[in-house]
Amino acid sequence: MAETRDNVRYLASHEWARLEDDGTVTVGISDHAQDALGDVVFVELPETGRSVQAGEEVAVVESVKAASDIYAPVAGTVIGVNDVLDAAPETVNDAPFDEGWFFKLQPADDNALNELLTPEDYRALCAADDH
Amino acid sequence: MPFIPHTASDEQEMLGAIGVPNIDALFDEIPKNLRAATLSEVPAGISEMALQRLMNQRARLDEVALSFLGAGAYEHHIPAAVWDLVGRGEFMTAYTPYQAEASQGTLQLIYEFQTMMTRLTAMDVANASVYDGATALAEAMLMAVRANKSNKSNRVVVAGNLNPNYHAVCHTIVKNQGLILDVLAHDPATGCLPGAVEAALEGAAALVISYPNFFGGLDDVDYLTDSAASAGALVIGVVNPTALALIKPPGEWGTRGADIAVGEGQPLGIPLASGGPYLGFMCCRQQFVRQMPGRIIGRTVDQTGKPGYTLTLQAREQHIRRGKATSNICTNQGLLVTAATIYMSLLGNEGLRQVALTAHSGTNALTNLACQIDGVTARFSGPVFHERVLSLPVDASLVVEKMAAHGVLPGLALGDWVTGMDDCLLVNVTETKTAADIACFARLLAEVIEEVKATC
Repeated sequence: MAETRDNVRYLASHEWARLEDDGTVTVGISDHAQDALGDVVFVELPETGRSVQAGEEVAVVESVKAASDIYAPVAGTVIGVNDVLDAAPETVNDAPFDEGWFFKLQPADDNALNELLTPEDYRALCAADDH
Repeated sequence: MPFIPHTASDEQEMLGAIGVPNIDALFDEIPKNLRAATLSEVPAGISEMALQRLMNQRARLDEVALSFLGAGAYEHHIPAAVWDLVGRGEFMTAYTPYQAEASQGTLQLIYEFQTMMTRLTAMDVANASVYDGATALAEAMLMAVRANKSNKSNRVVVAGNLNPNYHAVCHTIVKNQGLILDVLAHDPATGCLPGAVEAALEGAAALVISYPNFFGGLDDVDYLTDSAASAGALVIGVVNPTALALIKPPGEWGTRGADIAVGEGQPLGIPLASGGPYLGFMCCRQQFVRQMPGRIIGRTVDQTGKPGYTLTLQAREQHIRRGKATSNICTNQGLLVTAATIYMSLLGNEGLRQVALTAHSGTNALTNLACQIDGVTARFSGPVFHERVLSLPVDASLVVEKMAAHGVLPGLALGDWVTGMDDCLLVNVTETKTAADIACFARLLAEVIEEVKATC
């Protein structure tokens, strides 16, 4: 059973978004997603400073099996990316909720995260996926 | 026996299984106005005997005793072993090597081809080839626009002395994908790009340089590459593989080298066969490898540590990414790659260099001899590889017509391709031409010019 975290929200496309104390939002992919993808070999990250809409394609994660788009969970501006993934993309497999994060956003609307799936919703979605 | 093995009742059974009334219903999602109606220009089928007769007639139209026509496709000697080996069943009938366990021979061959192309171009990586030189360039343009992160431009600046056929093919392929092709006019006095290009390159995603250019000349690629780099534009080099045995490879242009190098692989052991099939090669710097379309073969080790080859970096190809693939033209020219690889391995570095040197000195010899004819001059004075534009005292297309009637194709009359060049003939000499051939060309050219003058 894939791990889920209760301090983040989710997208049906398997990204997670965490509201930090400073008001920024960190984005990554879930444990379920990294497990389904298999060994991650490359992550294409967005440019810092880019403004994005909710649902916009902002990154690409490539595994030995597939290349998948990563969507912005909320509207905002990209304020940082995880450079560690350039040299060590496998970090996404090893620590999807921690060191394997993708990028940080300054959200346009502080409450936008409330629109996303709750951990309960997401667990139900994954359970349905597994059947 | 029909080629398609399933019967009408098989079809009904299959349609029933998926709940569709007829085959046409499978195409419902394509709007009616986008479907081809009847193909009225395609004639009805003919018998094998009639077809053979027709094709033999057409093949005879191509039989010319002596050809000095280049302009993108070049006559080279092909060692007999090349096509004898290519014709073996193991190569001839090999399918796309998706199954590494069943395709080690094909995979290793493509890997060797990639290695040879990177050495020839001095680039980091090569793919397994694409259709031809012109489509390779179109793919390179799309790739450069995707890869250039320093600007969001979809504008590609194209050298005005690029082969016009390449320009036309690229326009067809990229126009509906939102790319804008801007021509950087060449200097009519030199045939080369101007000495100040900074303004033209401002805000462009890429610059396309042809080396040699369409007129056979050699632009200042170091200056052009450095100018593009400082303007934030990627550099795409269109190169002749034979020439690279002599002149500076794209990986060494300017301070950082070209970003993408493409070209027509036909000179590497592919015969002139009414224009094809040929093969396009495509190389790039390591940092852009994930934007490169098509397939790339990698070398690895199997479970027991033995070396093996496999398709690699294919996660962005169409069978996985569908509509989001880097390209939907992912076919490589397997058989022609086989010929090019065998050709290069038989010639080796020194052999290819000899071919290039002989072609170059033959071109100089022909130019010297032709320019002794009253009214014939070299149109541009700069250095060339194996092609040169001659100015004639009469219309060049008339000269081509009359020399062809004597069994000599003297080159390409440029009037149909470049405005203001009606008197210009683009002439190519390769290692296949002897001193006697060149003397024959000059003698006939002098005669024909007098003939045309007399009738005007």
